[in-house]
Amino acid sequence: MSDSDSMPQTATRFRINGADLQADPSGAAFWPAESTLIVADLHLGKGASLARRGSLLPPYDTAATLIELKRAIERLQPRRVICLGDSFHDRHAAASLPRESRATLFRLAKGRRWIWIAGNHDPDPPADCGGELAEEIVVGGLVFRHEARDPRAIHPSHAAGEVSGHFHPKASVRLRGRRITRRCFVEDGRRLVMPSFGAYTGGLDVLTPNISALFPKGFVVRMLGRETVHAYARAALSPIASG
Amino acid sequence: MTPPSTDILPPAFEAWFDRRGWSPHRHQLEMLEAARAGESALLIAPTGGGKTLAGFLPSLIDLSIQGRPGLHTLYVSPLKALAVDIQHNLTAPLKELGLDVSVETRSGDTPQSKRLRQRSTPPNILLTTPESLSLMLSYHDAAEVFSSLSAIVVDELHALAFNKRGDLLALALSRLSGLAPRARRVGLSATVHEPDALTAFLSPTGRAEGAPVRRVFGSSGAEPEVEILKTRERLPWSGHMAAHAVPEIYERIQGAGTTLVFVNTRAQAEIVFQELWRVNEDALPIGLHHGSLSAEQRRKVEAAMARGALRAVVATSSLDLGVDWASVDLVVQVGAPKGVSRLLQRLGRANHRLDQPSRALLVPGNRFEVLECRAAQDGVKALTLDGDPPRAAALDVLAQHILATACSSPFEADELYDEVRRAAPYAALPRRDFDDVLALVATGGYALRGYERFRRLKQDTAGRWRVASPAQVRSYRMNAGVIVEAPTLKVRLGRGRALGEVEEYFAQGLRSGDTFVFAGELLRFEGIRETSVVVSRATGGGDPKVPAYVGGRLPLSTHLAERVRAMLEDPADWGGFPDAVSEWLDLQRWRSILPPRDGLLIETFPRAEKEFLVAYCFEGRNAHQTLGMLLTRRMERAGLSPLGFVATDYVIAIWSLKPARDLDQLFDQDMLGDDLEEWMAESSMLKRTFRNVAVIAGLIERRMPGQEKSGRQVTFSADLIYDVLRKHEPNHVLLRATRADAAGGLTDIARLAAMLARIQGRILHRSLDRVSPLAVPVLLEIGREQVYGSAIEELLDENAEALIQEATGRETEQASLPL
Repeated sequence: MSDSDSMPQTATRFRINGADLQADPSGAAFWPAESTLIVADLHLGKGASLARRGSLLPPYDTAATLIELKRAIERLQPRRVICLGDSFHDRHAAASLPRESRATLFRLAKGRRWIWIAGNHDPDPPADCGGELAEEIVVGGLVFRHEARDPRAIHPSHAAGEVSGHFHPKASVRLRGRRITRRCFVEDGRRLVMPSFGAYTGGLDVLTPNISALFPKGFVVRMLGRETVHAYARAALSPIASG
Repeated sequence: MTPPSTDILPPAFEAWFDRRGWSPHRHQLEMLEAARAGESALLIAPTGGGKTLAGFLPSLIDLSIQGRPGLHTLYVSPLKALAVDIQHNLTAPLKELGLDVSVETRSGDTPQSKRLRQRSTPPNILLTTPESLSLMLSYHDAAEVFSSLSAIVVDELHALAFNKRGDLLALALSRLSGLAPRARRVGLSATVHEPDALTAFLSPTGRAEGAPVRRVFGSSGAEPEVEILKTRERLPWSGHMAAHAVPEIYERIQGAGTTLVFVNTRAQAEIVFQELWRVNEDALPIGLHHGSLSAEQRRKVEAAMARGALRAVVATSSLDLGVDWASVDLVVQVGAPKGVSRLLQRLGRANHRLDQPSRALLVPGNRFEVLECRAAQDGVKALTLDGDPPRAAALDVLAQHILATACSSPFEADELYDEVRRAAPYAALPRRDFDDVLALVATGGYALRGYERFRRLKQDTAGRWRVASPAQVRSYRMNAGVIVEAPTLKVRLGRGRALGEVEEYFAQGLRSGDTFVFAGELLRFEGIRETSVVVSRATGGGDPKVPAYVGGRLPLSTHLAERVRAMLEDPADWGGFPDAVSEWLDLQRWRSILPPRDGLLIETFPRAEKEFLVAYCFEGRNAHQTLGMLLTRRMERAGLSPLGFVATDYVIAIWSLKPARDLDQLFDQDMLGDDLEEWMAESSMLKRTFRNVAVIAGLIERRMPGQEKSGRQVTFSADLIYDVLRKHEPNHVLLRATRADAAGGLTDIARLAAMLARIQGRILHRSLDRVSPLAVPVLLEIGREQVYGSAIEELLDENAEALIQEATGRETEQASLPL
């Protein structure tokens, strides 16, 4: 609340550590001042990875995820793209990426800075998919990493400006006796946890301690809708059963 | 045909009948004749005719003549409990006849050690279920185990033949014919509309025409006495609970020995049970039985029934089939029976003596249900049964069967295709579908050939298909089965025992402190812990909820609907209606008209600043809900601003801001084109259906070694897969299977299509200045309908965006409900 001084915050526009961001209904975040697009947890190659273990899920998830990403990039024309880790579901994923998907990635990365942050699924993002690799990256007042630092282990001020993924947050609200569950952005003005962008990625309830403990003073979620995002305070949420 | 002589009975058996004071029924001897001629046979007889004995007698005689080791007779029933009961019932005759015949059961409950032993040393008679049979056929030694088989007895064939379990069983029978070509097939069935379909099912050719199956009919026994309760209370306009009649039901229970009180839904069971106990001044032992109660709880009630310790049980279809209880002398059907065949099945649970009629009391919950009860009563008298809706063979079940076959031994595609087509449901299976399903099992069957290297089936040098690894076999065995339950959570009292299960949809709608009625108790919701709903016992007060279940209700059968329409058109048929009902219909005739038998009456009228449209379709809730979704879409496009609709089994009502004028266009058949396609794409019903199809076909694993996915995980990943597959390969075999399932089931598109075709050019429109008498019941349902699994859920799915906006206050308020 103390942070909302100059620009009015709406469901789509919010401010993290002084940086004005836009929440995109695709699950990406856009930072106009830096012309930067941020996406988390693409999990490319997840379908194939499950197939390797015997579940022959449709192999279209990688293409589906890249189509969404392409749309967001064409719409917002960012000069920089940051992928917040777990971009590839496992070590095999990048190597066995279908040729068309690899070509799409190259085309998308062309003419802009593209940063692959390392995640737990892809601790060494592939060097041959275009773009540069990083553990984390600092731009202006924001620091981009895969997984949020545990607030109990660090000084609260270290959380300032942190933008991360990893948790695949989802939230649930009850409207007229009906429950609606969606992927969501979670933020408290200091740090932001991004929704997963990948087609085959499930989610974790924001009310579970793994996520909620990152925001000891409460948080706001921005749930992904068909055309826009919808903001709710923590108090408006109800738990998702048996997450 | 002359009755078969009892000479066919060996002296020892004749003596046994004599000792019991019985003489063999004619149909029992005919079954014996068929067996002697080595023919398969279909026995159609009402309950209580010694049907089971007729099925086993030839096997017992055979075994008495030449006792031998190895499996002789396989008995398949839809219920585990029935198999256990049959084992029990065979013990006495075997002992009295001095036969050394081993009889064992096998089901999911059978311990691993016993299953192993049954494969090395099979019993003479094995009693099992379709699922366990399929599993047995998936072992390497299946050929050995079944080679000695002489007879296969399928009990309650009518309950198995026309669903996915029937598909699974038909495929297993076809496989068995390959392993034991000489084995006779014996089907035991209640009276059915279409004996040809059952004959085809039993025939090793898969077709009724020229089938080597002898048909045997049992004597019909005394005609059942079906009475409709003429309540002394005011007959309600709407609602199904029949709470008004509970004291009268109680009086009947007091006057009978043992009463089975059947209801249509689990929610109804809970409420009727509660209401009965409220008036139970004599503290009669009255029990409760439905599919969501824990197995332990259900077994307790069944055992108490068997002991004769209960005076009444309130039950859902969970007791439609099963063990005979001799003491039941009254069946009460609360709410409309929905179909004649189903009513007869339930009636058959009372009084198993052929020479005495079974007695049933129908208790309509509202005025329309009086009409339906009357139609059912006439139907029972005329013995006109409901036809089973035509359905396509399930491709997901075929996928499971193909994997099972590969687990047992390598197969050739051509041979398996021929074998599959000898199973009646698949008799007309196109080769393309078979190949697609085979590809699905082998590689997922996607156009994008990304998974060649992960194939589950491999072709050997001879071109035969075999499983790629032992992991596939393990996965098949863990996930086999064709019943997929909706995601449920256990209901637990504190940290203690589980009372049963409620659907996740219901549990999610609860807040701490809410009370609900379950397992006959008033419970207080404390919270959700892992996969359990934690509750405490509540005391009075509040407005308790009742768990609802997706797909809990059967729609009105086409046959009953026809009878109701005919009855409405002809006032000469109204004699004997309660005054409230005939006055209601007379009033309708005066204020509007009565719905015609063959056309469609549509009334429109303004009310509370909204425009109502009420269509008297009589096609059942499922078809009506689909119709409601499609009509509101069209009205939206036409700028009529539809606000909502509600569907009952008889009628659909839609309300909008502007009146609909061109009804012929609105009800045009073309709504089954793009509109349907568009709706299906987003429908959560389709997603649910896809989830079941994907689990049965083995695309999604319910169980992995060491863990069972929670329902939510399965649902969630199924939804993601559905969306991606629909977008990238809309004609994938699993999506085809999903659409076929939905068309016949929850969306009932087949029935809707038939109706739209029937009424073209025959719409009777009455533009009224106010609501008509016949429209009152459906209007009263508005706002009372359960949200779960109904059309309202569908509407909300579509309006979720609007709802979110409304809740965040960025849009003006929506109109509320009209009444």
